[in-house]
Amino acid sequence: MPYGEPFQLGDAQVSFHPAGHILGSAQVRVEVDGEVWVVSGDYKRDPDPTCAPFEVVPCHHFITEATFALPIYRWQPTPQTAKEIFDWWMACRQKNRTALLLCYALGKSQRVLAELQRYTDEPVYLHGAVDGLTRLYRDAGVSMLPTLPVMDSKKSALPGELVIAPPSAFRSIWMKRFKDLETGFASGWMRVRAGRRMKGYDRGFVLSDHADWPQLLQTVQETGAKQVWVTHGKSDLLVRYLNESGLSAGVWGTHYTGESEE
Amino acid sequence: MKAFSNLYEALDSTTSTNGKVEAMVSYFREAPAHDAAWAVFFLSGQRLKRLISSRKLADWFVETQGIPDWLFRESYISVGDTAETIALLNDTFKASASSLLSHLSDSDDVISEAVPEISERQLSLQPQEADDSLADWMENKIKTLEKTDEENRKNMLAHWWRTLDQRQVFIVNKLLSGAFRVGVSHNLLVRALSEVSGLEQPTIAHRLMGHWEPTADFYQQLVAVETTRMDISKPYPFFLAYPLEKDAQELGPVQDWWLEWKWDGIRAQCIYRDGQVFLWSRGEDLLQGRFPELETAALQLPENTVLDGEILAYSDDMPLPFSLLQTRIGRKKITQKVMTEAPVVFMAYDILEYEGRDIRTLPLHERKAHLTACLMNVNFPFIPSPRIDAENWEEAERLRHESRQREVEGFMMKRLSSTYQSGRKKGDWWKWKVDPLTVDAVLIYAQAGTGRRANLFTDYTFAVWNDDQLVPVAKAYSGLSNEEIETLDHWIRMHTREKFGPVRSVEPYHVFELGFEGISESKRHKSGVALRFPRILRWRSDKPMEEADSLENLRGLLHAQA
Repeated sequence: MPYGEPFQLGDAQVSFHPAGHILGSAQVRVEVDGEVWVVSGDYKRDPDPTCAPFEVVPCHHFITEATFALPIYRWQPTPQTAKEIFDWWMACRQKNRTALLLCYALGKSQRVLAELQRYTDEPVYLHGAVDGLTRLYRDAGVSMLPTLPVMDSKKSALPGELVIAPPSAFRSIWMKRFKDLETGFASGWMRVRAGRRMKGYDRGFVLSDHADWPQLLQTVQETGAKQVWVTHGKSDLLVRYLNESGLSAGVWGTHYTGESEE
Repeated sequence: MKAFSNLYEALDSTTSTNGKVEAMVSYFREAPAHDAAWAVFFLSGQRLKRLISSRKLADWFVETQGIPDWLFRESYISVGDTAETIALLNDTFKASASSLLSHLSDSDDVISEAVPEISERQLSLQPQEADDSLADWMENKIKTLEKTDEENRKNMLAHWWRTLDQRQVFIVNKLLSGAFRVGVSHNLLVRALSEVSGLEQPTIAHRLMGHWEPTADFYQQLVAVETTRMDISKPYPFFLAYPLEKDAQELGPVQDWWLEWKWDGIRAQCIYRDGQVFLWSRGEDLLQGRFPELETAALQLPENTVLDGEILAYSDDMPLPFSLLQTRIGRKKITQKVMTEAPVVFMAYDILEYEGRDIRTLPLHERKAHLTACLMNVNFPFIPSPRIDAENWEEAERLRHESRQREVEGFMMKRLSSTYQSGRKKGDWWKWKVDPLTVDAVLIYAQAGTGRRANLFTDYTFAVWNDDQLVPVAKAYSGLSNEEIETLDHWIRMHTREKFGPVRSVEPYHVFELGFEGISESKRHKSGVALRFPRILRWRSDKPMEEADSLENLRGLLHAQA
């Protein structure tokens, strides 16, 4: 289903619009009798070479996510984070260590592979779970660094190389193959020291596919919505802030508690 | 300041010990001596006195930024640290103040109003404050704040928040609130300085002991090949033992070892030089005035003697409980009554300096002979720690089992030929403690931690059965792996019964094996007993809560121990 092409569903006219979260992610626009609702789903406003940029869809009711709805969350420009990852990789290489970067297999991994093209054209090794999804991205025409599956490599210790794996691989048997390694984790949660230190990764890189606080506020404002609904994560905080700023907002109930924290 | 904040970032962003040493080495190679001295000051765990409380920092920040108080509080809950919360929020608001939510209410006015005029003036006068040296920051900028009033401090802070970057804001906040700490062990600092100076690690460790001022001169002397400076109060680095993790038989013949009790008091060094006595704890606190009877008795030692030993509450040839010793530590004024109720001795393990000579490289058996000679004419409170005679390891093991009745923690085992080394080393000295006492108890309350444990329920209260009631007996904070902490945290959130402020009562379900070092009667606790140094040994997921221990079991230990 292409972006921006409306179709009829009962009384509603429905269309999908880019959310900028990961490849293929979409906001849903629903119009009934001239009243427009938009459900953002997960989204971000940072430029991301692996997916279509978030599109502001004017609406009356906007349902937004709130995973990182606290002003402590602000992302630096992605190229800067990519540079940090690259510098770390090179520092590991000097010490003849493997740089094992842990991040979500879908979206984040491919975004890192795309962003790193700014600094190198060397191949990156991938955990099986990341490899399959990366192929899908390549098939969709996303330009990324060349990649090799870890399994196929003869020297499985891979000193000096960058390896990308999902967070579940951390301290797993799979990880044992790397003799001398440093671990890094790329996530929005790494913005806070407690998040970095508690997990025991050597390095934390702040990189998220969700909107940070300024982006949440910016987006809510740009949609021109008269009524904002907040769901996922710290919804009550964002609702309170918007209400106190003079915007009508409420919590949209959900049973999803995946990434939320109190 | 820039170089130092980069060093802080490098240390904070790696858990690898080599990485930390490398970062320090490259800092010290570049840093001017005066800056390096201040860096050593902080890296060795010393702190400035607090100029501004965390509470006040937070209030001022909320006020100058015009952000809602509740939003700051919620942010703090996610961060677990005031200085960092401010640094992160400041970063966000600084970047977006002009562009954000222009149509939303009056927040813009608040922000522009709150910027104190003084900032603008200072900004133009001092465009590159971040480039100023660490020493300048410490001795001029921060120190001048000491002498100014609150309004000036607030304005100065607001100015720094506006002009410094996020990491520097964090450090300045930490410095001002007296809470600046760098996650580096003393050993790593010593390693780095040794690498920079080409000196042996024990030399560096020794020069770092005691009290000193972070001056350029101090740093130059610290890394100089020869040093003339020798402060008479300066203690030697303590030699520390690792726990024995192998069979004692593997240590060779028992006759090669000096076995002594591992006394449970305050490890201390007693220095008598030039007619003055200095008592240092292992944490390098001067214990002056806390143990006047020891200071008086030490005057009878031969001139220029340094002893290593344990300060113990002790009477009738037996140690008294550690809790009695604690009554002496917290007090400023030691009255005759306190001295009678908690009599102390200095149980001497070793002699490091004899007749003004550093004898740490002599073998232990020779040092012990000097120790005996030295204490011959000294009155009671100085006792040489006696040798435990055992024909073989079997006999030693038998004796070790008497530890609890004797109110000691187990054995210290020291090779007769061993020199007195510095820091924790394997090989020549071992501690061989008796196994901890244990109890299986049920988790009933949980509370979120702070700092790196912010957002996680990591402080637990455990209970045992008294008939069909669970009575709390211990709090414990450590002993679980990070994965276990996360699993348990999730479970706690799903199984909370009631909230009392930060504390939650949870469904009694999970059983944990707790280890502890001792048990005593206590009127302050509902259970009537207090456990010493409780910690989690393991999660007994195999055990239903009905099978947890009873208060009666625990009280049994109380009687067995007495």
